[in-house]
Amino acid sequence: MIEVKELRRSFGPVVAVDGISFSVDKGQVLGLLGPNGAGKTTAMRMITCYIRPDSGTASVCGHDIRRDPIGVRRSLGYLAENSPAYGEMTVGGFLNFICDVRRIKGADRKKALDRVVPMCSIDSVYHQTIETLSKGYKRRVGLAQALIHDPQVLILDEPTDGLDPNQKHDVRQLITSMGKDKCIIISTHILEEVEAICSRTIIVARGKVLVDSTPKQLKEQHKVSLEEIFRKVTKMKKSA
Amino acid sequence: MNSFWAVFKRELKSYFATPLAYVFLVIFLVAAGYLTFNLEKFFELRQADMQTFFVNLPWLMIFMVPATAMRLWAEERKVGSVELLCTLPITITQAVLGKFFAAWIFLGIALALTFPMVLTVAYLGNPDGGLIAAGYVGSFLMAGSFLAIGCFFSALSKNQVIAFVLSAVACAILAFAGRPSMLNYLSTFLPGGLVSAIGTMSLQEHFASLQRGVVRFKDLAYFVVLIVGWVAACTVVLDERKAS
Repeated sequence: MIEVKELRRSFGPVVAVDGISFSVDKGQVLGLLGPNGAGKTTAMRMITCYIRPDSGTASVCGHDIRRDPIGVRRSLGYLAENSPAYGEMTVGGFLNFICDVRRIKGADRKKALDRVVPMCSIDSVYHQTIETLSKGYKRRVGLAQALIHDPQVLILDEPTDGLDPNQKHDVRQLITSMGKDKCIIISTHILEEVEAICSRTIIVARGKVLVDSTPKQLKEQHKVSLEEIFRKVTKMKKSA
Repeated sequence: MNSFWAVFKRELKSYFATPLAYVFLVIFLVAAGYLTFNLEKFFELRQADMQTFFVNLPWLMIFMVPATAMRLWAEERKVGSVELLCTLPITITQAVLGKFFAAWIFLGIALALTFPMVLTVAYLGNPDGGLIAAGYVGSFLMAGSFLAIGCFFSALSKNQVIAFVLSAVACAILAFAGRPSMLNYLSTFLPGGLVSAIGTMSLQEHFASLQRGVVRFKDLAYFVVLIVGWVAACTVVLDERKAS
């Protein structure tokens, strides 16, 4: 459902993403793994049509990111880093705004809200303004926003960053339960998360794909923990 | 509902969700009243028209309109919500227009709330209704032009203060380059053709003719071109800079 071909993007002299290619199918949860500044966020921003690639392309559910950005955005849900939202709005007002933009009306809207609000456990803060919420709740509001149109494709940029252990557990369970019939990409640098929820993992560093495998396979091949593999792979390239 | 309307509705609501709208409206109305009654001595002139009200409006708008416009994009970019907005199924033009029109309508509300001035003039004498209407149309168009300029600078800079200062200066140049005193000064060292070009490019002349109740096509076209041009520039700049 996601097809990425030779995506490349640089900012001035810095090459953020250097020709990465991969594809993700329905039922897969792909963990995009890499050190800070590896190009994970830039890659996700290109797939969600926030920034344009210098070269290469990608398609989401058959929509090309260069030719049909609106089609791409319609078919995916995206949780950006730090889950940006409008602080002065209430949670309910914000979700209704997203419904307005995504053209979810009438009974469908009620159904969508009834589904997504308990799913992300934000019932208790529904009438609160977003700027008064804790980080964990803000993240869950962001998640609700990404799920409200029940998209086939989900792209989540560090969805558990800054959450407490209980919240992390909840979000991971949510992702696992959705992973069966959706196509999900999450970026993270927390390795145990990859083991817990991802059916596949890609390690990127300095804009390039270094490893494309499953967490299980990796461990069997190298016979060490994922953390050691990560260190070995990302550091090896630096010295080379 | 269309995506444009969704953005428009959210934006207009957001003014009233914070104290911003109320602070702005109160200061605008007090200042407009002060300029008319104290500075221009409305009562001593003994004329039942709104000339004294409209003549100082450009001064007020040079400060007030950039203050409304500065947050439009600078804040979105600073907070990061621009990433949310630009990854929703919305074109950048829809987003820019939605926000622009919401702010313009907000300024329209501010202008409409000066209605006691109209009532006062009507009570004191027999004012020319057409003249007043043309004055309001001119003021609304001037607000739209300043807003389009502010919108552009707000997309240019992430910093709201910089956006405010740049757009206030740009509005001031646009409004006052055509004042007779300024044109006199310019004519001491610029060729005549250039001076009259500056005069016709300035907002002053077009606003003044509307104030006199003359609705000419070229004045309306001037404002429309100004607004469309700056809003289009805003769209281009935003598309380039949203992620930086």
